[in-house]
Amino acid sequence: MTLSLTAQAQASPPRRWNLQPGIAWLIAAITLVPLLVVLASLADPQTDIWAHLADYVLPQLLINTAWLAGGVAIGTLLLGVSLAWLTAVYDFPGRRHFAWLLALPLAMPAYVLASVQIGLYDFTGPLQTLLREWFDNSRWFPPIRSRGGVILTMTLALYPYVYLLARNAFLTQGRRALEAAAVLGLSRRQGFWRVAMPMARPWLVGGVSLVLMETLADFGTVATFNYDTFTTAIYKAWFALFNLKAASQLASLLVMAVLALALFEQKARGNKRYHGAGRSGPAQPIRLQGLRAVAATAACLLILALAFFIPCGQLLKWAATVIKTDFDSRYISFIWHSVLLAGGAAMLVVTLGLLLAYAVRGRDGHSARLAARLATLGYAIPGSVLAVGVFIPTAALDNQLIAALQALGWQTPPQILKGTLVVMLLAYAARFLAVAFEPTQAAMQRITPNQEAAAASLGLGRREMLWRLHLPLLRGGLFTAALMVFVDVMKEMPITLMTRPFGWNTLSVRVFEMTSEGQWEQAALPALAIVVVGLIPVALLARQTENR
Amino acid sequence: MPNTLLTLDQINVNFGPKRVLEGLSFSLQAGEIGCLLGASGCGKTTALRAIAGFEPVAAGRVILDGQQVASSGQEWTPQQRGIGMVFQDYALFPHLNVTDNIRFGLSRLDKVEQKRRVEELLEVVQLTEVANAYPHALSGGQQQRVALARALAPAPRLLLLDEPFSNLDVELRERLNQEVRDILKSRDITALLVTHDQHEAFSLADKVGVMHAGRLLQWDTPYKLYHEPAERFVADFIGEGVFLPAVVTAAGDIEFNADPQLGHRPCWPVCQARPGQAVQVLLRPDDILHDDTSPMQARVVKKAFRGAQFLYTLSLPSGQTVLSLVPSHHDHAIGEAIGIRLEIDHVIAFGV
Amino acid sequence: MKSSLLLGALSLALVGSATAEEVTVYSARIESLVKPLFDAYTKETGVQVKFVTDNEGALMQRIKAEGANTPADILLTVDAGNLWQATQMGLLKPVQSAALSANIPAHLRDPDGNWFGLSVRARTVFFNTKRVKPTDLSTYEDLADPKWKGRLCLRSAKKVYNQSLVGTLISRLGEAKTEQVVKGWVANLAADPFSDDTKLLEAIDAGQCDVGIANTYYYGRLLDKNPKLKVSLFWPNQTTSGVHVNISGAGVTKHAKNEKGAIKLLEWMSSEKAQNLLADVNMEYPANPKVKPDPYVASWGSFKHDYINVKVAGEQQANAVKLMDRAGYK
Repeated sequence: MTLSLTAQAQASPPRRWNLQPGIAWLIAAITLVPLLVVLASLADPQTDIWAHLADYVLPQLLINTAWLAGGVAIGTLLLGVSLAWLTAVYDFPGRRHFAWLLALPLAMPAYVLASVQIGLYDFTGPLQTLLREWFDNSRWFPPIRSRGGVILTMTLALYPYVYLLARNAFLTQGRRALEAAAVLGLSRRQGFWRVAMPMARPWLVGGVSLVLMETLADFGTVATFNYDTFTTAIYKAWFALFNLKAASQLASLLVMAVLALALFEQKARGNKRYHGAGRSGPAQPIRLQGLRAVAATAACLLILALAFFIPCGQLLKWAATVIKTDFDSRYISFIWHSVLLAGGAAMLVVTLGLLLAYAVRGRDGHSARLAARLATLGYAIPGSVLAVGVFIPTAALDNQLIAALQALGWQTPPQILKGTLVVMLLAYAARFLAVAFEPTQAAMQRITPNQEAAAASLGLGRREMLWRLHLPLLRGGLFTAALMVFVDVMKEMPITLMTRPFGWNTLSVRVFEMTSEGQWEQAALPALAIVVVGLIPVALLARQTENR
Repeated sequence: MPNTLLTLDQINVNFGPKRVLEGLSFSLQAGEIGCLLGASGCGKTTALRAIAGFEPVAAGRVILDGQQVASSGQEWTPQQRGIGMVFQDYALFPHLNVTDNIRFGLSRLDKVEQKRRVEELLEVVQLTEVANAYPHALSGGQQQRVALARALAPAPRLLLLDEPFSNLDVELRERLNQEVRDILKSRDITALLVTHDQHEAFSLADKVGVMHAGRLLQWDTPYKLYHEPAERFVADFIGEGVFLPAVVTAAGDIEFNADPQLGHRPCWPVCQARPGQAVQVLLRPDDILHDDTSPMQARVVKKAFRGAQFLYTLSLPSGQTVLSLVPSHHDHAIGEAIGIRLEIDHVIAFGV
Repeated sequence: MKSSLLLGALSLALVGSATAEEVTVYSARIESLVKPLFDAYTKETGVQVKFVTDNEGALMQRIKAEGANTPADILLTVDAGNLWQATQMGLLKPVQSAALSANIPAHLRDPDGNWFGLSVRARTVFFNTKRVKPTDLSTYEDLADPKWKGRLCLRSAKKVYNQSLVGTLISRLGEAKTEQVVKGWVANLAADPFSDDTKLLEAIDAGQCDVGIANTYYYGRLLDKNPKLKVSLFWPNQTTSGVHVNISGAGVTKHAKNEKGAIKLLEWMSSEKAQNLLADVNMEYPANPKVKPDPYVASWGSFKHDYINVKVAGEQQANAVKLMDRAGYK
């Protein structure tokens, strides 16, 4: 008999340790600590502020928030899914380029897009000015600073989350299920609704929950539109009424609402599984002819123009007026810092997201799933509130450390952990775990338990399996995750502002500085730089997906 | 001297509060091919997964090559057991080509040895031409053979096959069946497969166990399962046949009281009754012979053409029906009466 | 891996303690509006000024969380309300400085010396020169008059400048009267409130509305870019309370490591040679009355400003916000 390769002949059979829930909770702790700081506020109700808000503010805000969340969720689904389906299943002039170009708006911060949209389409903007020259009156033009305007703007800014994930789903679900549907007499459209869409559910849910969390936690965009949402109440309580506790309580409610939604989805999904169906060679795209091809190209162009090229043009125009005075050697450090933070965060957060998704998949997935749910809530908290949630425990730890070191007779600076990259990166992890987790977790669905069992029976341990089975199979999902985290960190303001080291400026800090004094022309320059730097990973992602 | 390679000793497996395997015991000699046979949902795949280490056992022991690899709370990981497995859906790795799929479990060997084994196995499973193809470009039969080669590559102590041929068409299934048996036997590999198809079980396995509702009813050679089923369920499940009522005489014979022309036979080797008790006796189609000279007549009720033979359903004078396999040159019309004779070597009688 | 990074950061932090004298500033005033000043100070005195920018709320939470170990010596804001709040939170410490008392008028600093206004931001009335005669204008309160129906533009009530303005109205007119005024404003709005003053001034220029309230330096910037702007400013309440002003100001933190250095920096910032550097960079008005504003700014004319102590803005801020909510001013 040939020598058997796998380990054997241990004196006593080793126990099977299940570390996965432990790892999941360890990762979740990164979010849970700041989250608990926020939730702790619930212990001390701020009744007078609550009474005021409930009487005069909240009713309208809740209506506004519901409209916005619903509108943006539907809008991003419509836009993201249809564009993903179009570029994944059909062939038409420019498809290969549109496939990655359509992800570009990801690099455009929503708050920047908001001010660009207002700059372009409001009463004083070039369009309405032109209309007034022609027709003498532009009051009939739909106001951009309106509910519809915010929904449209946020949809254009956020649809790439859904687009990227949906495209990933459509490319990996294999053609067999669709073929089966065709054989059963379903038209392509029916196949889309009854097979492709249900099979893409984890991806769609992942994308839309990112969009929803970002929408619910957004302040910059809605503030630019002066459209009051739930976060308006949070910031009002904190900055205007000087009551951070009340603000944290409101934020806690937001978090709990998001958690409830997530658990509801989990329940609704039940025991469904989403492995690829059978032999999954990438399907040959269907060539569109004539008018249909023109329409497909035109639709992609229109969306790109509205969400990216026209706004970029406006930014360029603004930036041109200040580029001589503002664009200097400092930008090298702004860009370097931004890339360093975004790159570091992307690597860390994607690693954590992968471990989390891996743990959730394990045998004792229940506890790990709960941990993952909590760990990804950081994305639903308004950035500034989470930043304080991160800062308070860090500062407390710093104070303990300083006290301890001084007791030992050491000389200490006033900060040890604060202002270090480690803390910054952990803070980003607390905020953006969801962004890495959702696409990874969705991609994980395509790996069958039997593939894992096969690897295990071939002698692979959990770690080796991660390396040799999951990583290669998850490549697409992980790349998407890394891209989204990278771009999100590039755009992020409150955490960067609060945790950065002295004298450390990034592109987004620069945007903050300029916009906080209403200097949109100056802000256009760093905003444009964010977009340009963000293009690099988007282009990388494009090449990666095209290669498959 | 054959040695026992695998022993299951009173294995229980639970899914939550539900017991899906109860008191499973059997053993497999080195070089033997065993098979768990049963309808879907009987627990056979669970048994396989428990042996492989994918399901924990709630009670009992699994002993592999003299080592206890599983008991309640003491589980070796699948990696530690050195058991190969072929999955029903093959579970090939879509990101690796055929060569790399087969090489997957060989990373601890040096490159030269890896190459040697992969080449050898490619030849064994006749896939050398498609060595660089990716799984999705292969036919079902080819995928199946990749899965087999991949499982065999690390030279496992035991090979498990979960419904290995169920995804294939009938013709391919029979051919591969024989191929796989030849490969396993030529390499002296101990294997255990599960299937719901008794032809597959009989043609591939040395020992077959019939499972029902989480229990193993009988573990035996195919011949004995057929001719000496230990339980009525097994007798029903394996092969064709009918039960006729009879009684056990004081002498220990059985006597068909409704159709006495069938005659007496010793109640042996399976006789679950004492003298004087009523029994049900299993009559296989090959137990009833067509004999024009026999005084006993039966009427043809139904007939099924099977090429070399007809399977006749015959009505006895009492009105009970029996089955009979008859060479196909004896073509009788329905309603015609033909002479039959009981030619039974193994009497299988279960108490009523 | 993570732990070694952490250790690395730790040792870096321990090694990186400074040798030269240093003052650390937490600034809500943005870099481009403070750095020229700090650079000048370093050049003159050799003292390094370290600073970090963020919004006021975040900076105050930061100082609070850091407690005794805060690196901040000075908190610098762009309004009085937040300085008042920082005082309430016990983040600042009273300072006795003859120079500061002499340089900064009493109504632009905290009576207890917790903070000092360093530049003045005037919030005044602007009008479309084609559609409004200055004689039609009089006071902030007058903008609530129905004659302005459909002609008024306001910035969002969420901006602290408006909260401060309403706060001073409350302390002058009382809540009931102020609420009537604010309701009148809301009734007169020509468009939804704007998110910034520049947009508002552009809307007046474009004829979307005829009058509005904004800070003068936004006007200065816009005029600089577009001299043909059809917008002019009007100094309201000249016969009554005066133009509403806010400050950009600073205070010394309670746990300042370099209290002396911090006071010296503040004194220097209030001095005649620094005041223009501070105010002119943003077209604001110097807080030190001995210093003339930038000639460009001065060309808009001199005006009487409200001498009520700017801390009122803080004291009344919560009331103002609630009042604006009640009045439906978004």
